[in-house]
Formats: sequence, C-alpha cells, structure tokens
Amino acid sequence: MAFLSLDSVGFARSGRVILRDLSLAFRKGELVSILGANGAGKTTLLRLMLGLSRPETGRVLVDGKDLSGLSRQQIARLMAYVPQNRDVLPPYSVAQIVGLGRLPYGSLTRGLSDQDMSRVEAALALLGLADLRDRPCTALSGGEYQRVLLARVMVQDAPVLVLDEPLSGLDYGHQIRLMALLEQLAREGRLVIMTAHQPDLVYRHASHVVLLEHGRVLAEGQPETVMDSARLAAFYGVSLRHHDHDGQRFFMGGDEKS
Amino acid sequence: MRSRLCFAAALLVLALGFGLSLIIGRYALSPVDLLHSLEGRGAPEIRAVLLQARLPRMIAALFVGAALSMSGSAFQSVFRNPLVSPDLLGALSGAAFGAAGAIIAHGSALTIEISTFLGGCCAVGFGFIVARLVGREGVLPLLLGGLISSALFTALLSLLKYLADPFDQLPTIIYWLLGSLAQTDWPQLVVLVPLLSLGMGVLWASGRVLDVFGLSDDEARSLGLPIGLLRLAMLAVATALSALTVSLAGIIGWVGLIMPHMARLLIGPEHRRLLPFAALLGACCLLLADTAARSLSPSEIPLGMMTELLGALGFILVLRQLRREGRL
Repeated sequence: MAFLSLDSVGFARSGRVILRDLSLAFRKGELVSILGANGAGKTTLLRLMLGLSRPETGRVLVDGKDLSGLSRQQIARLMAYVPQNRDVLPPYSVAQIVGLGRLPYGSLTRGLSDQDMSRVEAALALLGLADLRDRPCTALSGGEYQRVLLARVMVQDAPVLVLDEPLSGLDYGHQIRLMALLEQLAREGRLVIMTAHQPDLVYRHASHVVLLEHGRVLAEGQPETVMDSARLAAFYGVSLRHHDHDGQRFFMGGDEKS
Repeated sequence: MRSRLCFAAALLVLALGFGLSLIIGRYALSPVDLLHSLEGRGAPEIRAVLLQARLPRMIAALFVGAALSMSGSAFQSVFRNPLVSPDLLGALSGAAFGAAGAIIAHGSALTIEISTFLGGCCAVGFGFIVARLVGREGVLPLLLGGLISSALFTALLSLLKYLADPFDQLPTIIYWLLGSLAQTDWPQLVVLVPLLSLGMGVLWASGRVLDVFGLSDDEARSLGLPIGLLRLAMLAVATALSALTVSLAGIIGWVGLIMPHMARLLIGPEHRRLLPFAALLGACCLLLADTAARSLSPSEIPLGMMTELLGALGFILVLRQLRREGRL
C-alpha cells in the first residue's frame, strides 16, 4: 500500500507551468530516485511532497491523510528533508546540528531530553561522526557535512526521508557510500526519496526510478525497465550507450562534439 | 570551561569598571569618600554627586549597553548576518524622528521618551508593511522594507530639523541625536529598567528559537517550525528593546553591532550562552565609554560620538576575524 502518493498534482509559478497532472505512489521500503534535466521540476516536486508549496491542482497524501490538513509539526514527524542549497550555518557543533532533528518533538521549548541525546549519540555513531561531535560545522568537509545532515534527518525519526541532490559536491567514494547507506535505510523500512544526476549509482541502488521531463513523468518503475540507454539518451538529449556487467549497468556518453 | 572563564573575566571587568566609574569624573572622588558615602556619613554634596548624578547614569549605561548588545545579537541571528545592527529595520531613524517631533512640540521629558519609542515602533511597522508588499517570505523583503523605512524617516527627520527653531530647538535635537546619559534620573530608570529587563528576559528565554534561524526557511519548516512567525516575534522584541534604549539615551551606535560579534568569537554561537555574555560585554563597553565621555574633557563628550569612535576601531577587529573565518 502506498505511503506517499500524489494524485493529479499540478503547479505553476508566475504563470509558468512547472508540474502538470502528476500521479505517483511510493511505498515504505523503497529507495526512489527522481531523475531529470535541470529545470525539469524535481525540486518543486519534492517541495510539494513536503508541503513547503501547495499544489494548484490535485492533492498529496501521506499515510492516507491529505497533506493540506496536517500541521507543520505533524508533517515534520512524517517526513524529514535535506535541501539542495545548504546555507552556511553559524559555527554550531556537529552534535548541536544533529540535535535540531528533535525540533518536531518539542525540543525548542524544553531542550534536548536524555532520550533525545541518546538518539543523537546513536545517529552520530551510525554515521561515523562520534569523533567529530564537538567540531564546529564550519570546519567540516563537504562529505562530513552531508553525513551530519543525514544524522539530523535520522534523529528526526520520520518514516519518509526526502533528499534533494544529496550526491552533489561529494567525491565518488562518498557518493557510493551515501547511496549504500540510503539503500540500507530503505531496506530497514523507510521510504527514501531523492533527486540525482548519477544514472550509474541510481541504477545500482534505487528500487524505483522516476524520469521527470518538463514537469511530466516520462517513465517510472524499476531501474531495469525504465533506464535503458535509448530512453536516457532521448531524455538528456545526448547520445548514450550502456554496458551491463555483473548485474550493474554502466552508461557512457557518446560522440557529442563541443 | 572556556565559557566560564569568559564570564568570570567579563564580570571582573564589569566590577572594576563600576568601581572606577563611581570615583572617576569631573568631580573626582577618593575611595575613602566613596566608602563614607555608602555608609551614609559622607559630605552631602558628595552623596548628591554619587546618588543623584553618577549612579543613575551608570545604571542606565549598564542596561542600555546590555539591551543594545542583546538586541543586536537577535538581529544578527534573524538575518543570518554578523554585520547587522538593531537599526536595520529603521528603528533608530523612526525613534529619532519621534524624539525630534516631541522636541518641536515642546513636549515634556516623558513625552519625548514615549514619542521616541512610538517613532521607532512605527518605523519598523512601516518596514514590515513594505516587506509584505515587496514579497512574502524570507529576509530579503524585510531588508528592503527596513531600507525604505529608514530612508523615509531620515527624510522626515531632516524636514523637522529644517522646520525647527534654529536657536532653541535645533541644537536640542542635534545634541539629543548625538546620544547622552547626562539627563538620566531615577524616575526614568524606575519606568525603563523593568521594561528593558523584561525584553532582555524574553530574548534570553528565546535563545533556542534564535539558534534555529541559522537554518534555511525550508529546513526550518521541514523541522516543524513556523519560521515566519518566529522571525516576526523575535524582531518585535528586539526592536522594542532598541527603541527603549533610544528613549533613555538617544542614538548609541555600534554597540549593538560590535559587542554581539565579539561575544560570539569568545563564547560561541549558542544563544542561551551568547546572549547573557553579549549583555555583559555591552554593559561593560557602555559603562566605560560613558565614564570616558564625562571624564576626558571639561565639557562632556556626547556618548554616541564616543561609541562611534570606539566602534570604528572595533569594527576593524571584527572584519579581520570575519575574513579569518572565511565569511567575508
């Protein structure tokens, strides 16, 4: 049964249609990857799922409830979010930033309880951040900061994780490790939704792929059925080949002349 | 450990500064005079200098410095910018306009104070309205609203100066705008000190709220926070606080910009610790600046001018540190 679904959702900004008549349904335990060219509407789609923007038509359902009828706090307990544009925070420590994940549970007024702190410590340990717990976030590398945000999202303890281009700015090793972690989180029962520009990694780790083009769903389903080189070539507007090896599919750019 | 040391050092400086400020001035006192007066057996004129002139303005300096510094910390947090000061939304321009209006209308001291406070609040309210017209979300519309409000109330202030009697009212307005604690008395303090304490208490209690403004609006909302409402609430308290300081002391520049930043460098960005420490630094700074203003020359130097001089030097240090942190 779908945990998060979009029912004929449409959205326009300043008279320009960004998303049109989108219907999608995702279940817990899935790692959903949304692929699309720049400007395809990926971030807008995530914002609608999170209730950060309201759809002009249609509705978003989470756990059977219409998102427009839920309070911000209720939504925050269902869905955690890592945005694409990560502002430079003041130099708060890693543990403080991770602790912000407990805000939906009232930590703003009462502070972090012992139980909250043990969740923070567990998330730090899981993501290999225990040694960095007191380090200011301004002194972290891009990969470390990404892990801190993931730890915050885990502390938020929401069944749905939404990540907007979490791989951007990470080196290849960190990209692989992050995708493996997201896959593990999905296997543990969460619904993980992310946008990405890395077809190889998406093919290997995602369980559900959505190809978004000009605000419409071009195709969706399992990577094996959706991601072939002919479709992706048309999708990205480049010539593309793929090569299958040991259950993994590698995409190679073609003969574009600059 | 480091924060305890910082607090202890600041308290020590404050205690020493307070002691020095009691005895230094145009009417210099010895420590013996001071002790005799405190025991109630000094000369009446010395007791009058201490209790009616020096002590009220020292208390005013402590509270105004602390309030400006806390207000500046709140503004810097809300706007995610360490170079922001409490006059960003036009509070000080509006307060100056309110004071000048009351001076021209021959208002009493109390009328001038009330008019000053209301002027500051009106200017910020106007800035908020403009911000709503310019855009719905984020800090940029507020910045633009503040800019427009400041420009409008500065123009209105110039108009009042133009209309003011050049022999009587204009010098009063200009001297008032330079900032001073020379006219502070106990009745003023009885009204304003509890209000300033209340505002500072509310800000301190909201320390965790101020911490979350480091997040982007989307992140804050996704964590369940009504960030727009919280931003307005914090700005309203911080603005009221800075407008109250103008009622008491006129326009005192730079304290609200420099002291929060120095406090942040020494003690870190967490507001539950930062705010009281910034208040301590602000109190120390203004107490020492006021002591210097009334002691360095035979005629008193306006306090606002003194803080401008100190602030310009302090700002160089702040900029160096910002550059070191890679934030400039």
